Amino acid sequence: MAGRIKIRAQKKGELTEVKALMRHPMETGMRKDQAGESIPAHFITEVAVLHGDQTVMQAHWGAAVSANPFLGVRFQGGQAGDAVRVVWTDNQGGTGEGETTIR
Amino acid sequence: MVWIGVAPVAVSEDLASVIHASFSDSGQATLMRLEQDPLQQRCSQPRDERVDDDTAMALRQERLNAVVFPKDGNFLGDWQRGAAVAASGRGLQSNDDPSIANGGNCYACHQLAPTEVAYGTLGPSLTQYGLRGQSEAMLRYTWTKLWDTHAFNLCSHMPRFGAQKILTEQQLKDVMAFLLDPNSSVNQPAEGPSSAH
Amino acid sequence: MRRQSDDAMTLYRFVMMIPRWWLLLMVVPALADEGIFDQYRDLMGDDNPAIFVIEEGEEFWVQSQGPSAATLEACDLGLGTGVTRGAYAQFPRYFADTDRVMDIETRLLYCMETLQGRDREVIAAKPYSLRGDFGTELEALVTWLAAESEGMTIAPEQAHPKERAMYAMGEEIFFYRAGPHDFSCATCHEQSNKRIRLQQLPNLTEHTEVAEAYGSWPAYRMSQGLVRTMGWRLQDCFRQQRWPGLIFGSEVSIALQTYMAVNAAGGVMTAPGLKR
Repeated sequence: MAGRIKIRAQKKGELTEVKALMRHPMETGMRKDQAGESIPAHFITEVAVLHGDQTVMQAHWGAAVSANPFLGVRFQGGQAGDAVRVVWTDNQGGTGEGETTIR
Repeated sequence: MVWIGVAPVAVSEDLASVIHASFSDSGQATLMRLEQDPLQQRCSQPRDERVDDDTAMALRQERLNAVVFPKDGNFLGDWQRGAAVAASGRGLQSNDDPSIANGGNCYACHQLAPTEVAYGTLGPSLTQYGLRGQSEAMLRYTWTKLWDTHAFNLCSHMPRFGAQKILTEQQLKDVMAFLLDPNSSVNQPAEGPSSAH
Repeated sequence: MRRQSDDAMTLYRFVMMIPRWWLLLMVVPALADEGIFDQYRDLMGDDNPAIFVIEEGEEFWVQSQGPSAATLEACDLGLGTGVTRGAYAQFPRYFADTDRVMDIETRLLYCMETLQGRDREVIAAKPYSLRGDFGTELEALVTWLAAESEGMTIAPEQAHPKERAMYAMGEEIFFYRAGPHDFSCATCHEQSNKRIRLQQLPNLTEHTEVAEAYGSWPAYRMSQGLVRTMGWRLQDCFRQQRWPGLIFGSEVSIALQTYMAVNAAGGVMTAPGLKR
């Protein structure tokens, strides 16, 4: 389950529009389970969008972002067929990655 | 039976069996809850088909006769505790813990304290309800509305908080105070220019 | 392109993260009206995370599964073997092979059982995601099939006597009051322009409102990060009504979907919707 990213990149005029859906519980560490035990914090801390080898967006995230985050980003440049990647790491050392080509 | 003298509209056996076959016990929400009492049967028609006939009058009178007033004659509890009861929507759902007190969920349908903006509109606004005063008639009227609203308005959408034991007598007293105590947040003027004079 | 200025871009990226604190903002008086959610939805534009669930659903449709190692491509959703375009908009409908009126969710389970040889009971035991889940196969399939009817007219069949009987039963159940709170579906859904707390309530007895509501399910619920189906919506309504648990694929579930679909007939399918 960890690491699954659905990603789509589309050329729209001069911009490339990237949409990504990450599968992640994004637990805040503040919730308790049914037995009253704290659920450990587990959330994405860093996200990056790469066009080829170049990072076009980088973000620091925290526990305020919802479960299964949906990210939308647009950047200049990019040609049909180019590779676009979305990568994340979380506070437990987990990572995720998704790749697609620009349509 | 409490209901002698009232002949409710019978639900077709077909419908009753379909309903029973379509649900399963879920926590405290058991299949028993699908059984209708005469009031529920009576009030299961579309809005424009609810006629006010002799049966309706008899049913309403029965509800009125069955209202239980506070044993100690004291109608008013603590308005602040009442505010908490009014704000809580938990209780009696399959996923609610039955050992924790139920809420009245008043804000789901009514405006109460003007400072609370997340209020519903299925029922009338009760902001400034306390302006009606605390006469014996007002106390008994308000208690009856909370205990069993059908005693006045048959087929009202409002739950029967006392008659169905959704709230305890003490909780009802606290909600009474929340509505009627002049110090209650329900009875404070709304913030803003209108309070300047 | 809609938004090109840097400010708009920044806001756009920011909002796209679907922050959890958006819910907390609801208590701020300035946001008490529905307007803020409309703005939010406008910002989202056509960016409905359900697009990925649609893709998943299509993948499931053509994936060999079960003891028979078969796909669902031979499934008859009412318009003939394997026809998916427009099928959702005509549910619930009568199927001669089962002699029953079925909703789309029940029909999909029937196809999984008959075509793929899978155990219906196993799938019916957990058709919908729990909190923290990433979506079920059924949710994905229903989302894709709804997208296959997007823009089409809601047109449930009412030719067969069993279809008409199902509608009549749905109407009776809609007004059936029970449980400790005396709630029926009608308690919340027989009046227009009402709300619970801040949640607007559609009047499901009124054509325009029921068409908009019915046509927008299944929907991506941003607060849950999941697509929810109409079958799930009904189960959660009954939980709030303080009734026992509504059984997946039960007569009551199909009857109420028939009642809504027929009242909505002539409206337009907009699903998968995007909801709070």
